[in-house]
Amino acid sequence: MAATRRFPMKLDLKKGKVEMVHGSGGRAMAQLIEEIFVKHFSNPMLEQGNDQALFNVDAGRMVMSCDGHVISPLFFPGGDIGSLAVHGTVNDVAMSGAKPQYLSAGFIIEEGYPLSDLNRIVESMAAAAKKAGVMVVTGDTKVVERGKGDGVFITTTGVGVVPEGVHISGDKAQAGDVVLVSGSMGDHGVAIMSSREGLEFETEILSDSSALNGMISEMVEAVPEIHCLRDPTRGGLATTLNEIAQQSNVGMQLIEDDVPVHEDVKAACELLGLDPMYVANEGKLICICMPEHADTLLKVMQNHEYGKNAAIIGTVVEDEHGFVQMETTFGGSRIVDWLAGEQLPRIC
Amino acid sequence: MKYVDEFRDGKLARKLGKAIAAEVDENRTYNLMEFCGGHTHAIFRYGVQDLMPDNVKFVHGPGCPVCVLPIGRIDNAIALVEDNDAILCTYGDMMRVPASGRKSLLKAKAAGADVRMVYSTQDALKLAREFPDKEVIFFAIGFETTTPPTAVAIKQAQAQGLKNFTVFCNHVLTPAAIQHILQSPEVREMGAVSIDGFLGPSHVSSVIGTEPYEFFAEEFQRPVVIAGFEPLDVMQSALMLIRQLNEGRSEVENEYTRVVTREGNLKAQALVAEVFELRREFEWRGLGMVPYSALSIKEEFAEFDAEVRFSVPKIVAYDVKGCECPSILRGVKKPTDCKLFGTVCTPENPMGSCMVSSEGACAAYWSYGRFRQPDIKGGKVIKIEKEAA
Repeated sequence: MAATRRFPMKLDLKKGKVEMVHGSGGRAMAQLIEEIFVKHFSNPMLEQGNDQALFNVDAGRMVMSCDGHVISPLFFPGGDIGSLAVHGTVNDVAMSGAKPQYLSAGFIIEEGYPLSDLNRIVESMAAAAKKAGVMVVTGDTKVVERGKGDGVFITTTGVGVVPEGVHISGDKAQAGDVVLVSGSMGDHGVAIMSSREGLEFETEILSDSSALNGMISEMVEAVPEIHCLRDPTRGGLATTLNEIAQQSNVGMQLIEDDVPVHEDVKAACELLGLDPMYVANEGKLICICMPEHADTLLKVMQNHEYGKNAAIIGTVVEDEHGFVQMETTFGGSRIVDWLAGEQLPRIC
Repeated sequence: MKYVDEFRDGKLARKLGKAIAAEVDENRTYNLMEFCGGHTHAIFRYGVQDLMPDNVKFVHGPGCPVCVLPIGRIDNAIALVEDNDAILCTYGDMMRVPASGRKSLLKAKAAGADVRMVYSTQDALKLAREFPDKEVIFFAIGFETTTPPTAVAIKQAQAQGLKNFTVFCNHVLTPAAIQHILQSPEVREMGAVSIDGFLGPSHVSSVIGTEPYEFFAEEFQRPVVIAGFEPLDVMQSALMLIRQLNEGRSEVENEYTRVVTREGNLKAQALVAEVFELRREFEWRGLGMVPYSALSIKEEFAEFDAEVRFSVPKIVAYDVKGCECPSILRGVKKPTDCKLFGTVCTPENPMGSCMVSSEGACAAYWSYGRFRQPDIKGGKVIKIEKEAA
């Protein structure tokens, strides 16, 4: 094998640490790339060893999206920064209705970071990419001095192609449309909180971090006329709905009872003074469609592994102020406003 | 969630709403001040007002710990961390409260000061143990509920011989504030605020009991009902107040019997009495100087008192021009009466403290209830008719 011939001493993936030299552009960096990144991401485009990936594109419209990941802690219940970096970008590309195909991955690693953990992260990232059906075809590695980073930061960019006749966008919600979510809200944020130092509490909640492109492709196939798709990540359901309301110049009316939230998430939020409507998700989507399509889309989601708890949670209404209102479980009404300030730092 | 969902039951709420409607006298209004921000939050978060008759009005009181802290004390806290190269820890909401010169603890942090958010006094003690070469200052705020944990921390610091831990004490007392509101000329003479009765504090009362309210219920002839923080508690307490008012009674009643007793938590009271003593007076934002309304650390624990170890000058600072927080905290004005509300003052860019905390009246109005503002054209409550279950 080339690896053993070019680098007689293999990287010490048990006790070794990332050193400044691993980002210097020399042989040490080449070895890191070969023995960790290329090894796990293995694909013909990456293996060419060029500074760019060369691929043919289908005719049509392409989408491109980029996402930086700075989550703390790097490993959390239900995932890690590696899988999250794939899911985040795959989902952002897929929310246009596109089929995500290629990813880039930029790593900023702190000096002294254990090679074993880096290897674990890259391995998980490769598995997530494989499951999502995308390839990591180009990348970059930088090392910063100890104390100037926080373990590992990963930036991914994704490209994909939108099928003919699909025009999904945040400005297409119309009064009368139905609002659906693909499952329970707030799992990711609560899972992260439960593993934060100084805040550890026992919960069985796992992050919902997952790639939704498979489910979206089935949804788009069943109903190409979907109006909006968006993943309620930072700021949660509340903030994402407000974004769409503003883009589309409409209001929304939700029913609190119909918004799926796990009991454990409710309890954790109660304890920490959070509102599940504002807690981040990394494997859920909001879908807005015409009422006649709602049941079909609901069924498609419910038949998919990532949409079992999908539900219809409200409707789009005319409202020049763009208010998202909610009928509370209690029977009153309230606004569900944008997230103000910061609910939780560094959740993705 | 067991023991929580029961107190948020929509069916029961509608029944209770009907019961209240049946008992109110249509020829009068009932102005009920909920003292605590926790109540304000529950009222807006669950839309309690929608279930109440129109002539029952909630007047939002000053019971939001970050809202009543005068700007000068926040200026002090910023100076404490910046001038002493210290670690300053405090509860989350405090970080965003605007101080003088458009500063805040959050901005001080961004500029390099070591300001940390903690969930409990124990986190602050842990920091003091972890960084023995740093001064760790706990910026203590809050009513009687948060006072016992601060007392515990000071005693633990003493027992553990911690030399780098101090408390910047800003604990305030509820009954003194209620009494001060009732004594203010606006209530007594001018009649600008007619407060007919009080929804009394829930968590505070679990510590101090219901007895401390008996004096002014009698003296000022205003009924007090100690109310839990869940929306059904708020409605039930409102009903109890309405009954008292209809019957001409002014008593202290306890709705929150699942937690609160007449004498309160004697252990906690003893602990507080051991560590703290009354300040002769303390400035409250909105209320001005209120005699015997706050606590300071006793001399025997002086080594843990940030005001003794460091220089903490008395700073007189003024609210942003036009900010109505002081009047809003006294219940004299509503958030919507303020010119800054929703124009330059929003939760993203708070000018006054009431817009900072989710317990502040302005933030609650803005975040949950601004569609009720009549001057917002087209702002209206949209109801979805659900099929009868």
